[in-house]
Amino acid sequence: MKSNQTLAAWVFTGPALIVIGLFFLVPVLLALGLSFTDFDIYALASLKNVQFVGFDNYLTVLRMGLFWKALGNTLYFVVVGVPLSIAAALGAALLVHSRLARWKGFFRTALFTPVVANIIAVAVIWKYLFQQHYGVVNYVLGWFGVQPIDWLGNPHMAMPTIIFFALWKNFGYAMIIVLAGLQAIPDELYEAARLDGASAWKQVRHITLPMLGPTLMTVGLLTMVGYFQLFAEPYVMTEGGPLQSTLSVLYLMYNQGFDWWNLGLASAIAFTLFVFTLAATFLLVRVGRRKGWV
Amino acid sequence: MKAARAATWGVNGLLALVALVALFPLLWMLSVSLMPLGSASTFPPPLLPLHPTLANYRALFVGADLGRYLLNSLIVSGGITLGSLACNVLAGYAFAKLRYAGRERTFSLLLGALVIPTQVAMMPLFLLAREMHIVNSYAGVILPSLASIFGIYLVRQYARAIPTEMLEAARIDGASEFRIFARVVLPLLKPIILTLTILTFLTAWNDFMWPLIVLTGSSHYTLPIALASLARQHSQDVEMLMAGSVVTVVPVLVLFLLLQRYYIQGLLLGSVKG
Repeated sequence: MKSNQTLAAWVFTGPALIVIGLFFLVPVLLALGLSFTDFDIYALASLKNVQFVGFDNYLTVLRMGLFWKALGNTLYFVVVGVPLSIAAALGAALLVHSRLARWKGFFRTALFTPVVANIIAVAVIWKYLFQQHYGVVNYVLGWFGVQPIDWLGNPHMAMPTIIFFALWKNFGYAMIIVLAGLQAIPDELYEAARLDGASAWKQVRHITLPMLGPTLMTVGLLTMVGYFQLFAEPYVMTEGGPLQSTLSVLYLMYNQGFDWWNLGLASAIAFTLFVFTLAATFLLVRVGRRKGWV
Repeated sequence: MKAARAATWGVNGLLALVALVALFPLLWMLSVSLMPLGSASTFPPPLLPLHPTLANYRALFVGADLGRYLLNSLIVSGGITLGSLACNVLAGYAFAKLRYAGRERTFSLLLGALVIPTQVAMMPLFLLAREMHIVNSYAGVILPSLASIFGIYLVRQYARAIPTEMLEAARIDGASEFRIFARVVLPLLKPIILTLTILTFLTAWNDFMWPLIVLTGSSHYTLPIALASLARQHSQDVEMLMAGSVVTVVPVLVLFLLLQRYYIQGLLLGSVKG
């Protein structure tokens, strides 16, 4: 009986394990190996041209001005973008969850729609909405006397614009998870608070937010890991410019790996980004643990 | 009473405003896609097409091969969905309910690998695809996505609720493990299969980075890749790009609206650890 199950189990898991092993786990290990070689366009022609170079690629990465620029941009995107996205998600969830809200189903779906809309399409759309002369954004701001802004063409504005875009695209995802968290808070807590005469704001501060701690932690982590992988947005909206102000680490990896075919160096960049992502994750988890959210 | 009314107006007004911001770009896309070429780039920006036309769609399908990219997207997303459903459901059930040596160790290895970003694997994956002669082919996009750790995890979470006694009873009746899976387990997993179907299809349809890398020529471009390339070549032709965006966005949007409940179920299951 047991051995039947063992055989069946390996047959059932076999296809998935082969796919994941061959196309993910083995390539990850190979990438680690690749990052210690000088694999470049000549190696693409003949594997005889590959040489083991130790930590050279990592040293190159750490000495590369462009890498630090890209890392700075990525951190900017993460550090500003994640809290804003979570705050927007929380605000939207509180509104949709509010007893006063009508048409809850419609609003929930409407706010979630950008999440499922294709990222390339909506990036193209927003690129034109942000256009300096004919864009709708500047037109609407003009009603309030704001002079036209070169959103994506000004090196100081391009990253904030991309952050706004990412916020628009992603807040619905966190909102759905926060909404589920809100529904899990027992009504009795609010009733007791109301009997004690607590205002709506006090109820949010002293009941909702503490009870949501673990949920916010989860969506914060998921959003952060996703934001470290910034790529499609600058690829479509700015091509990393102007003046490399929106070049992300992943974009740099793509440039090095698939424009210049420096696959060894690109692998080193990928692992360096992975290390930074892990470090940020541990940091956030530690903060969460101290607050009892993990 | 007055204050309560004001609060109701405030909450709903704010919601309407946020909903407008969320939906406006998509409505604008639809509207501009129906405008004659060149008419959107005027000041003030027009919101509605004065003379609606399908010329942009015609130009894309006739002149820019959009039909082919649409077909490519359907083939790739459909192939990934069918294949990975089979792999993930079988594996997820085995990890949840079958008792065998090595189960926990294998599963925790998979869970551990979940922290590694997929981009790390892309450089060797490209070389592997080259060795397998699947660069610039459907197989090159489909094969690496034929199973997903997240999908297996989702099915496992769901399948754990299947009562073991049911399976044992079938075993005592002499049913084979495969028969038990097909007759007893599969019907019980229907909701999670629907969830996984829509999650996988949407993810595959919207996937960008790997298809961008492995599809080196335009013949096998999926819609997002084709649209990104079009946006670089025709950056002046807003109206045409919006028509391309409509074709890229709308199919999955409709699918999402139809199966919304299952999609959201999947998101929630995926964000809870167990």
